[in-house]
Amino acid sequence: MDLLEYQGKQLFAKHGITVPSGEVADTVEEAVAAAERIGYPCAIKAQVQIGGRGKAGGIKIAENVEEARAHADAILGMDIVGPHGEGPFRVDQVWVERGSDIAEEYYLSVILDRGEKKLLAMVSAKGGMDIEAVAAEDPDALVKRHIDPTREFDREAARAIVADAGLAADAVDAAAEVLTKLVEVAEQEDATLIEVNPLIVTADRRVVALDSKVTIDNNSLFRHEELAEIAADVDDPQEAMAKEKGLTYVKLDGNVGILANGAGLCMSTLDVVAQAGGAPANFLDAGGGSKAEAIVDALEVITSDEKVTAILFNIFGGITRCDEIAKGIVTASQQIGLKVPLVVRLDGTNSEEGLKILAEAQLENLHQETTMLDAARRVVELAGAPA
Amino acid sequence: MSIIVGEHTKLAVSGLTGREGSFHGLRNKAYGTDVVAGVTPGKGGQDVEGIPVFDTIREAVEEAGANTSMIFVPARFAAAAINEAIESGVETVIAITEGIPVLDMLKTYWKAKEAGVRLIGPNCPGVLSPGKANVGIIPAQFFEPGPIGVVSKSGTLTYQIGNELKQAGTGNSSIVGIGGDPIVGSDFIDILKLYEEDPETELIVMVGEIGGDAEERAAEFIAEHISKPVVAYIAGFTAPPGKQMGHAGAIISGSSGTAQAKKEALEAKGVRVGESPTETARIAVETLRSL
Repeated sequence: MDLLEYQGKQLFAKHGITVPSGEVADTVEEAVAAAERIGYPCAIKAQVQIGGRGKAGGIKIAENVEEARAHADAILGMDIVGPHGEGPFRVDQVWVERGSDIAEEYYLSVILDRGEKKLLAMVSAKGGMDIEAVAAEDPDALVKRHIDPTREFDREAARAIVADAGLAADAVDAAAEVLTKLVEVAEQEDATLIEVNPLIVTADRRVVALDSKVTIDNNSLFRHEELAEIAADVDDPQEAMAKEKGLTYVKLDGNVGILANGAGLCMSTLDVVAQAGGAPANFLDAGGGSKAEAIVDALEVITSDEKVTAILFNIFGGITRCDEIAKGIVTASQQIGLKVPLVVRLDGTNSEEGLKILAEAQLENLHQETTMLDAARRVVELAGAPA
Repeated sequence: MSIIVGEHTKLAVSGLTGREGSFHGLRNKAYGTDVVAGVTPGKGGQDVEGIPVFDTIREAVEEAGANTSMIFVPARFAAAAINEAIESGVETVIAITEGIPVLDMLKTYWKAKEAGVRLIGPNCPGVLSPGKANVGIIPAQFFEPGPIGVVSKSGTLTYQIGNELKQAGTGNSSIVGIGGDPIVGSDFIDILKLYEEDPETELIVMVGEIGGDAEERAAEFIAEHISKPVVAYIAGFTAPPGKQMGHAGAIISGSSGTAQAKKEALEAKGVRVGESPTETARIAVETLRSL
């Protein structure tokens, strides 16, 4: 789960990292009121889970109340596309923050390096800009150091990394302190990515985190009550519905609804549908051991997306029993009806019983295929071109 | 021969008294696996259909001779159970549990390394050596004994490929599900090494998916150290960037970790990559027959 900038900053503040004071606002009026309380200049910052907000026009400085109103009005409701084409992300909230007098801009991050199985600290004196470009053009300007997992990460270790990055001498101690706290955030809050770009030194030589990008490990939410509440707040109606029913659903742009059991098989099914010329509408992993009831729920979630013109169920039963899946399909068609064609491929545990149940039910709009590839071709043909 | 589990395996199941643990533990036993103990704190002295239950894994090692531990403990207690197994004296720990916090696994990974214990998983289907032993949740009916070693990040995708191999009249030395989490005890490279040394394995099928760089690292390793043919499959070509698709490991960041990048890295080192599970099985059978 990615946190919004202000949520990340609240987490930083909790661990003693200095951040500018500010307020979150959902409306132009709230933003203006916040700006009036905070004073000028202040920054109005779009709160979306993507980088490149500044370039997209999502961050503006207001010198007075008129500008605060104009900027909040422009930013709230705008769509921001990420630097790698992600999104668009609609801006529903802005963060209004006291303006900072910036003398230096640095880059600081702690991420989980899954290849090395260690936390990786990265520090650069060239902050405030696109760090991927810095890493590509001037790799020496980005100091990367793995953190020894068998030892405690202390101030001395942090200082060695920060000093190598060539930060201003009078900022090294404070920046090292921030780095030890970022590692503390990783370990205590289960953050797998923490990025501060920029970490600034103000004109009066204070070290302040001016931005935050934090990713929290979803598996850890059982031990972080406040973060779990943030995670529960999902925007997309289908994704919210799936979450409520305990299904893993990711919405995509196409018109072919997809259900498979197991994340790997489900991803593979999306690929095979795309190879057959189709456009998947979603990823839905029914998980191992799915029961009939879960299938009803899943079909309900898939069909609530109006773009869907045909559906593919690709099941290879391991722990999942195909007769259970078949019962679910029959129940679902009775409860919610099959308004669009459903192509079913059942193989594996109890597939013969499953196929028999489907044949006896004689459902309208149901098509059976025996292989994954034939099923993909069939569903693409039935779905037609996306609207 | 086979790898990791086989006739030598003496299995202790942590969580044997739970619903999932007893279902799969007893299935493993019915397959022929030597299940010597269950482990549940506070339930020592009981038994599950004749399998003695101990309070700790160490007791299962000392009193029942267990050399392999399978973890079926709920996520929030699983890392502690794995740590206990690492210290108990078993050679191998196979963790089936899904949803373990990744920073817990980071510590556990290094603990296993230091102790010299082989850790498979977590969030994996386990290891099956057809005809010999099954430790985990892999449905054994889709796999026959044979010369193909399989190593995979995904469960159901592996069953799909295994079934196609069986229908083509061949089978497997072992099937190892390494799991799709960001940090797993054994990576592709660890398992490729074992297959290279296993006289029964003539060809290796490797099933990867988006996220991380384990496939890219494996490609380098194959070029340098693996003499047996390797056929690969990668899932996730149509996964959009930045979206998480079920497995915690299947996250794309930037351009690295994409299915396309993995396919290219493998092909650059001479590994054939199938377009679909079906094609992958077909290439494997073809390659095997040409040996």
